[in-house]
Amino acid sequence: MLELQGIAVSPGVAVGKALVFDREGYSIARCLITKDETAAEWQRLGAAVERAHRALADRGERTSASWGADLGGIFSAQQQLLLDPHIRSEMEHLIRDNLYAAEYAVSEVFAKYAAAFRKASSSFLAERAADVRDVERTLLEALTGKPAQTLKSLTHEAIVVSHDLTPGETASFDPEKVLAICTEAGGPGGHTAIVARGMEIPAVVGVGNFLHNIRSGDLVIIDGHLGRIFVSPDDATLERYRERRMARESIVSQLSELKDLPATTTDGVRVELMANVEFPHEAQASLTRGADGVGLYRTEFLYLGHDTEPSEEDHYVAYLKVLKDMQGRPVVIRTLDLGADKMGQTRPLEPENNPFLGLRSIRLSLRNPSLFRVQVRAMLRAACAGDCRIMFPMVTTLDEFRSAKFLLRSVTEDLVSEGVRVPTSIQVGMMVEVPAAVLMLDRFIEEIDFVSIGTNDLTQYTLAVDRSNDSVADLYQACDPAVLRLIQRTQQVTSEHGKSTSVCGEMSNNPAYALLLVGMGIRTLSLAPSAIPVIKKAIRSVTLGQCEAMAWRALRLGTAREVDAFLMNQLAGLVPEIVLQA
Amino acid sequence: MEPTQAITASREVMVQNPEGLHLRPAGKLARMATEYKCSLELERCGQVADCRSMISLMTLGATQGSVLTLRANGPDADSAVEAIARLFESHFDEL
Repeated sequence: MLELQGIAVSPGVAVGKALVFDREGYSIARCLITKDETAAEWQRLGAAVERAHRALADRGERTSASWGADLGGIFSAQQQLLLDPHIRSEMEHLIRDNLYAAEYAVSEVFAKYAAAFRKASSSFLAERAADVRDVERTLLEALTGKPAQTLKSLTHEAIVVSHDLTPGETASFDPEKVLAICTEAGGPGGHTAIVARGMEIPAVVGVGNFLHNIRSGDLVIIDGHLGRIFVSPDDATLERYRERRMARESIVSQLSELKDLPATTTDGVRVELMANVEFPHEAQASLTRGADGVGLYRTEFLYLGHDTEPSEEDHYVAYLKVLKDMQGRPVVIRTLDLGADKMGQTRPLEPENNPFLGLRSIRLSLRNPSLFRVQVRAMLRAACAGDCRIMFPMVTTLDEFRSAKFLLRSVTEDLVSEGVRVPTSIQVGMMVEVPAAVLMLDRFIEEIDFVSIGTNDLTQYTLAVDRSNDSVADLYQACDPAVLRLIQRTQQVTSEHGKSTSVCGEMSNNPAYALLLVGMGIRTLSLAPSAIPVIKKAIRSVTLGQCEAMAWRALRLGTAREVDAFLMNQLAGLVPEIVLQA
Repeated sequence: MEPTQAITASREVMVQNPEGLHLRPAGKLARMATEYKCSLELERCGQVADCRSMISLMTLGATQGSVLTLRANGPDADSAVEAIARLFESHFDEL
């Protein structure tokens, strides 16, 4: 058994067979052999080359018969490629001197040539890369006796193991087939992580180099709660995880019975549970979980995983789908919330020393009105299809909010003059993520319709901690009393003016914190769709008085650790049935 | 593979078929090269390929109109160069 620790980025536990992929999305086995095995391995490869040669000959004959000798001739050239003396000697070197398993040697050599061809300036050569990969796949199939799988065409359930995955690759997964994701590279803020969460696929990233220790077909456990990976687990570990999984499944099935019931405390206080979504298809999934609306529709995915900037139509189609699927329930769409570093399409800027304090989010949008207008136009055009609300992220100063609203008004006027139907009034709000905005909120309040607290960034900016920085990540605590005070102040200012505050950070996903927030007066929580049932269960188990008592005590504590211990203790007393989940 | 007699021959050849030195032409050339004892290499812009390896030939990226230097070293160098030059002139028997 091999135990590895990575970064847990998408919760859930999966037990299954690993499928190891290379950078081009083909499955590989990066495996080493011992010195004694080299002769046998070289023979094994020799036999596979013969089988592959016959397979290509058959394919050539069949093709010639149906399509003519001209096309069939491609396969005889491929056969020759298989026997190429350079390829052969390079594979032999990797097996005999570098102790590569035959599959590993094949992938390495063919991938090298395919990559060289792909980079070639002439397109005719670039197209030859496909021939090289064809021969490689035929040879690998001959070695393993199984058809090679690609990321996009998984034939059976598997745990996908890879060096790294692009958000696009992750998004193209069939969630029915991909049980879990595990990568050597990547971090908590990576978009692969967000995509995996959106698709509810357990994921662990940033494991470090380990692909040489795992073969396709090995049994693996991926623990997306603790970031742990077990390759070829022993019986005791397997048993432990099977039990845990059964316990979790029984909770999930109990919770699903609450789907059509409101999130109301036992003394009748209604809390709105909204969904945080990333992809249009999640709107449907959040309704299945019993969401009251979409409290945060992140629009970043439209900008990621594509080489070109999204068109107004791309935005429009996505927004329209979410609004229609939500059938009149509120949908809060947030404008672009990315750093300039993530915007490959727009312009490669000078690298920023401190991107979290740099040109990102609303700052980036205001600096690029042409980009911003496209998004806002699409939002306004889609707005008539439902209860659409617009939210600007990372607003720090009143000037920023006014500029954004000014642009919104000018786009509205343009659309009206073009004869496009837009709503007569639309709610416009801001995210509270920067302490400056909390301190000045009494000045903002007259000009905004609603506020949503993004606890992740608020925590980072309040505590001056970059949570993607390993050396200080432990200082990042959303339950720090300083953060709680800022949330409390925000809630007080908005309620004095009859406006609503919701909380949409990761804090809302945790039942203990959700109850604390309710106790602090928050009546709208926006959370991952998968967390809705458990939060609903927690709220339906308590009285408002109990939540308020929790909040009263928590706000008088001095440290994050005290707050956390106190809240966990309270939750165990109030809703013991769900504590195993945490 | 050291030639017994050091006979060297070389000639400039031009890729004339429209698709360049791609899979099938490279295959044909490599097959022909194995019929000779001499070493055979093609050079394009400083990059040298072994004529017996089609993958090595393909990495030259020789498109239509590319001029390559064919070099042979060994007892049958002259006839090898002659035969390969003819293969280039005949467009590798492709259209």
